[in-house]
Amino acid sequence: MAVLLIADHDGSALRDTTHKTLTAAQAIGGDIDVLVFGQGVDDVAAEAAKLPGVRKVLKAESAELGHDVAEAIAAIVVPLAVGYDAILTPATNVGKNASPRIAALLDVMQVSDVLEVVDAKTFVRPIYAGNALETVTSQDAKVVATVRATGFKAAAGEGGSASIESVETPAADKTARFVSEEVVKSERPELGAAKIIVSGGRAMGSAEEFHRVIEPLADKLGAAVGASRAAVDAGYAPNDYQVGQTGKVVAPSLYIAVGISGAIQHLAGMKDSKVIVAINKDADAPIFQVADYGLVGDYKTIIPELMAELDKA
Amino acid sequence: MKVLVPVKRVIDYNVKARVKPDQSGVDLSNVKMSMNPFDEIAVEEAVRLKEKGIVTEIVSVSIGPQQAQETLRTSLAMGADRSILIVVDQTVEPLAVAKLLKAVVAAEEPKLVLMGKQAIDDDNNATGQMLAALLGWPQATFASKVEIAGEVATVTREVDGGLQTLSAELPAVVTVDLRLNEPRYASLPNIMKAKKKPIDAKTAADYGVDLTPRLKVSKVAEPPKRGGGIKVADAADLVGKLKNEAGVL
Repeated sequence: MAVLLIADHDGSALRDTTHKTLTAAQAIGGDIDVLVFGQGVDDVAAEAAKLPGVRKVLKAESAELGHDVAEAIAAIVVPLAVGYDAILTPATNVGKNASPRIAALLDVMQVSDVLEVVDAKTFVRPIYAGNALETVTSQDAKVVATVRATGFKAAAGEGGSASIESVETPAADKTARFVSEEVVKSERPELGAAKIIVSGGRAMGSAEEFHRVIEPLADKLGAAVGASRAAVDAGYAPNDYQVGQTGKVVAPSLYIAVGISGAIQHLAGMKDSKVIVAINKDADAPIFQVADYGLVGDYKTIIPELMAELDKA
Repeated sequence: MKVLVPVKRVIDYNVKARVKPDQSGVDLSNVKMSMNPFDEIAVEEAVRLKEKGIVTEIVSVSIGPQQAQETLRTSLAMGADRSILIVVDQTVEPLAVAKLLKAVVAAEEPKLVLMGKQAIDDDNNATGQMLAALLGWPQATFASKVEIAGEVATVTREVDGGLQTLSAELPAVVTVDLRLNEPRYASLPNIMKAKKKPIDAKTAADYGVDLTPRLKVSKVAEPPKRGGGIKVADAADLVGKLKNEAGVL
């Protein structure tokens, strides 16, 4: 058995999703190689080489790879695939974009959003917004899967000393080109890696109110900021804040939902959090059915009180 | 320019899926079915492109049971010009769907395939990317804005850190995200008109595609239930409990 793990990183360091996907790769078993793609990723490749139990690190660099262009990613992974029984990618937006393209080129049906590795060919994955879990066994010669980070504990970051090899990058396919990106730089932790998340919902009523209420509480707790789909659709928060079935799926130690009713698709994104707190003035809101601690009332009075209590503490 | 819009008949997004007691799957008997919400956004976008004079013909296609005809009628009522129904009575995985769609593309020769980024039943988020791969076309997934100028689609995509803009040479596959548009409700006259629009019935055999599933489903189970918690009295009580009982502060 040999597994190729496609690393997720921010250009200078590996993301936690990579360590969690490594745990999934270890559960499959066999030799594990890590592919680091991007542009100017020597430091990331060096970090990947220290991951425990990694045989070698493959490094691929180009301008297109630096922008996560799916066609470019598939063009390097498909020729590599011959040496592997499984190709795992963290189920980030980059992974979700590129992995099915790789799978189809290999004539493999992808296993999306793996939550649990039963054996080298058998996996558990969520369907119907997480309202059901299906166990599937791949009949394909190879497994191509995306791994949902919330299903796995992070593997240790140190202990290995793998070699680093450069992979040749085929000439770029110019039919899809990167134009620009607007990436929000924030001092706050990333949603996927945060220990605490404070999320706001439609009850905020405006983008100003969202900033005024949710962000100070998050900053006091050193938390990431999330939002319900309703809040994002209404323009109160940017799209990358969205927690839910089609946004980000998170599982922090503490999730604080402020003014979020708890639609099925939102619960799908946060119900695996260790402790859930719900603050909502509607005592019948579905969010209370999953909350460990519910506080019924108007966030306008509760949040200032909560801030004051946290100052005391 | 011709646009192909694949649409899927799925459980209505307001209905909570229930697992069958024998764990063989999700119970879909007597459950309200609708068009996959992401596909509805794709149909809407196609109709808007036609209203702008960029698109000249919209062909919708569905792969599913005979009843998927209703889903196609919805797309026709929204503004699609004609439909293709590929009748299958088994579960069809995204890879097989992509192969069928590739064959439809070969016959119809659209310049653009606009489709939902994911179906809300199997949540695979794979068919569009797979179709692009099989066709050797560029892909622009998770679109929140689509602009077509000449032979190029400029697509703004929702990505983890924010937004990314790609330009894709046509023909291309674009998969749509939630915030691209708000789909219209079909008007009664348009629903009546849709009844007269043609739906061409086909079978998978017409396209010579093997539908044998590659993933064997052995079990469909309910996720572990989260027990409801308690209500706390006030902010002080909450902070105390988070500190002393839950130990998360």
